[in-house]
Amino acid sequence: MAKPAVLTHPESLKKPAGPSDFAKHPINAALSKADKVALYTKMARIRHFEQRCIRTYQQGKIGGFLHLYVGQEAVAAGTISLLGKHDHIITGYRDHGHALMVGMSMNECMAELTGKVTGCSQGKGGSMHYFAPDKNYWGGHGIVGGQAPLGTGLAYAVKYKGLKGCCLAYMGDGAVNQGAVHEAYNLAALWDLPMIFVIENNGYSMGTSQERSTAHPGCLAKRAEGYGMAWDVINGHDVYEVRAKTDAAVKRAHEESKPTVLEIFTYRYFGHSMADPDKTYRDKDEIKEYREKKDPVLLFENELLAEGVLTPATRDAINEAAMAEADVAATFAEESPDPTVADITKHIYWEEDNRGPNSTSRGTIIFE
Amino acid sequence: MAVITYREALRAAMREELQRDENVVVMGEEVAQFNGAYKVTEGLLKEFGPKRVVDTPISEAGFIGLGIGASMLGIRPVMELMFWSFSYVAFDQIVNNAGNIRYMSGGLINCPIVIRGPANGGTNVGATHSHTPEAILASHPGIKVVCPATPYDAKGLMKAAIRDNDPVYVMENTILYNDKGEVPEEDYIVPLGVADVKRVGTDLTIVAHGRAVITSLKAAEILEKEHGVSVEVVDLRSIRPLDEETILASVRKTHRALLVEENKPFCGVDAQVAYIIQAKAFDDLDAPIGRVSSIDAPQIYCKRMEDQQLPHAARVVEAALKVLA
Ligand SMILES: Cc1ncc(C[n+]2csc(CCOP(=O)(O)OP(=O)(O)O)c2C)c(N)n1
Ligand SMILES: [Mg+2]
Repeated sequence: MAKPAVLTHPESLKKPAGPSDFAKHPINAALSKADKVALYTKMARIRHFEQRCIRTYQQGKIGGFLHLYVGQEAVAAGTISLLGKHDHIITGYRDHGHALMVGMSMNECMAELTGKVTGCSQGKGGSMHYFAPDKNYWGGHGIVGGQAPLGTGLAYAVKYKGLKGCCLAYMGDGAVNQGAVHEAYNLAALWDLPMIFVIENNGYSMGTSQERSTAHPGCLAKRAEGYGMAWDVINGHDVYEVRAKTDAAVKRAHEESKPTVLEIFTYRYFGHSMADPDKTYRDKDEIKEYREKKDPVLLFENELLAEGVLTPATRDAINEAAMAEADVAATFAEESPDPTVADITKHIYWEEDNRGPNSTSRGTIIFE
Repeated sequence: MAVITYREALRAAMREELQRDENVVVMGEEVAQFNGAYKVTEGLLKEFGPKRVVDTPISEAGFIGLGIGASMLGIRPVMELMFWSFSYVAFDQIVNNAGNIRYMSGGLINCPIVIRGPANGGTNVGATHSHTPEAILASHPGIKVVCPATPYDAKGLMKAAIRDNDPVYVMENTILYNDKGEVPEEDYIVPLGVADVKRVGTDLTIVAHGRAVITSLKAAEILEKEHGVSVEVVDLRSIRPLDEETILASVRKTHRALLVEENKPFCGVDAQVAYIIQAKAFDDLDAPIGRVSSIDAPQIYCKRMEDQQLPHAARVVEAALKVLA
């Protein structure tokens, strides 16, 4: 059998990195210098946060699974940069990038990883289960594909309430084979929901290349056709392209209340999780090539340097600040207290945490 | 008080809650145009229109998951499962998502969803359609489970479930749908976690839920008439939360307990109830706790044998006499 190649990556990926074809797209042209610097800063913050996590993990302070987003930053950054008040997101377990993009703090994110009560979920969720409903961020879900129906429900609720908004549900290239995802596709299309399914195709589901997991007609997004849904493929190394093409889907959701499937080609530099030695299923050269030629942060940086938006000095300052912020977060996490034994049985039931004379629930609900 | 069926009681509960709260949505397979596979939702589409009463495709993981997601944003979906047996294809959504999100978010998100439908054997439809998953589901902290046995409780528990801010799974029983009983016309709820003494007695406590309550009441009649035994029947009504106090108070009075349920014995609801009684009322017991469950096998198709497999009055009488011996 021929060595699997990442067949479905678009032509744009094969061409040498140069200025983005999408820099002048209206949605990008509309960005002020400050907006661009802010977007770059967010991408750099994700990168440095994740890299700081590696150290904290290696120090033995982070338990369980840790799935890093390094290499995929332009996906969360590009898509989430477009969202407004009534737009919602939900994702899988590779959720840190999205969290920082919606404005969750490095402190609460790092503290969650170390299981501290100051974490976004008070140490009850962990890396895979971040939540921030006040920022329209609905998790952080550990079961592959399980978030797709939930996201469809968020879109349903937005539509039910008559709001002009949408929901973006992110998933991996492996998740597209889950039945729940297909059921969600069908419901979103059948009920004209303002829904965007974002496939972050990083080429692998754990150690299984996309070719070994998925029977596909050229690309994963095309399955949308089976449900009569619009779809598109996006070079996820170019944040301008991500924004330009996602914007069309957001407009489709807002203006027509119609769903879209977007497949965004991207790449992860580290193993599937920190537990993956990353030795069996891909070449080191492949990683090197992506890092050198298609790094989303670097490409955007070059773009902005060429545009005169960034200077080497401002770039360095941004990166140093992001690193320092991540260090502060690590210290904050380190110094924060654990939840208590009494906390174990809190937040199980709303009615239990809010019991009053008119409660709809009585009796024993937590057992010995 | 009006005398209505269990089915009508459930419908009245949904109807009143649809009127009371514009965020309540009834959703499921065949609930709208077809008027419900069991006609529980009959007429609701006509009264409330397709925004509030929604037909779904046969896609339990999809539509239940959608309902859970919508509930996170404040919609209060009342989802019908044609059979609770079909919940198994949506288990991830029902358990992992609805049951865990509040906890994993440190209390930031709650899922005020109701999932309802029949969960019973005894209808001659074979093993795949006869599951009673109340114990399986109630074993997950984060989930609530209720099993009404009478029209009064069906309405009151359904209304409480819809107003409750946690996921509540209402397990009905197709065999009870036509049972009639008195139901007040004015607004009331039966709070979750409150058991009901359905018959007062002094010699033996029977603890049951769902249709096993009806079976136990029949057995209690026989025990009274033919054996001169006074039986108290405690209807749990709610599995989680559970009204330990009412169970214990009854056992402390009668000093003997028989637990009756339609589940299979292994890790049934009664396993938990028996543990609670022995842990908290050991000194009050004059005999070992007795138990009647379904015969431990997948649900048999043959109607005559299925009637034997499920607890029935004669088996309950026999077990009661053993506890009383
Ligand atoms: C239902 C389920 N099966 C298996 C797993 C274990 N698992 C976690 S992530 C993963 C790979 C998923 O890959 P993909 O969807 O491509 O996302 P990526 O990790 O590349 O972001 C697997 C097998 C799981 N979490 N849930
Ligand atoms: Mg992948």
